[in-house]
Amino acid sequence: MNFNSFSEFLAMGNHGVYVWSAYGVSCAILVLNVVLPLLARQRYFKNEARRLRREAQQ
Amino acid sequence: MNWTWFHKLGSPKWFYEISGRWLPWISISAAVLMLVGGVLGLAYAPPDYQQGNSFRIIYIHVPAALLAQSTYISLAVAGIVGLVWKMKIADIALQQAAPIGAWMTVIALFTGAVWGKPTWGAWWVWDARLTAMLILLFLYFGIIALGHAITNRDSAAKACAILAIVGVVNIPIIKYSVDWWNTLHQPATFTLTEKPAMPVEMWLPLLIMTIGFYCFFAAVLLMRMRTEVLRRESRTRWAQAEVARQIGRKA
Repeated sequence: MNFNSFSEFLAMGNHGVYVWSAYGVSCAILVLNVVLPLLARQRYFKNEARRLRREAQQ
Repeated sequence: MNWTWFHKLGSPKWFYEISGRWLPWISISAAVLMLVGGVLGLAYAPPDYQQGNSFRIIYIHVPAALLAQSTYISLAVAGIVGLVWKMKIADIALQQAAPIGAWMTVIALFTGAVWGKPTWGAWWVWDARLTAMLILLFLYFGIIALGHAITNRDSAAKACAILAIVGVVNIPIIKYSVDWWNTLHQPATFTLTEKPAMPVEMWLPLLIMTIGFYCFFAAVLLMRMRTEVLRRESRTRWAQAEVARQIGRKA
């Protein structure tokens, strides 16, 4: 461990704002890249299910 | 040489089956590697003697920038495969990889700006490396927009493949920009042929993060491609059976 305390870890030697904003925004973008395709997949299945139900009724 | 695997790869059904088996393992590897690399880089690597702790941004900046360029090269390769062998899966790969590459370029540019402020005193400079990366982002936007603008799938595939191949000229410009011009951006920290000049606690997290980013790319790409394969193959029996199975599982 390179830091003596957790607050020191958060401070990053005066560079906390830069380090944490870089990691935070990047992490958010990575999560977005996972969540959006998963949602698109669910949406596709939902639409297909609706289409199949509609066709079955006719 | 046995080329069956190559022809099989062109079959969407085979791709869907094999990628379904690989996806969990690649996803787990990506998550573990990025977590381990992040913790090692943030908490265990020693601070840089000049930059202090701001250098820790390297552990996302460099992997993202490398991946952004590799993704573009893979678009061009997919473009060539699609044009030469008329492989359907190549166009799907090209279309689905482009947004991931664009996001990686955004990460590289953003973390670069945040790193530049404490190091150079400026968020942005019109430096050769930075400008070439910005052009890469616009190339990604161009490919994504072109893919959406053309409704005929074959024409869209052809146009995107050509743009991807022409745009690849930007990749060596990015790579050698730091050698060709006097740039504020530092030259490559690592080369494949030489031993790294920094201690192992510093470069190991970077290596782990880089492999983690590539696994992340592979996992997200496969995930995106699988949905697109189902969509494009919706007239075939196997795709309809798979959709029915997925709907049944949810209901």
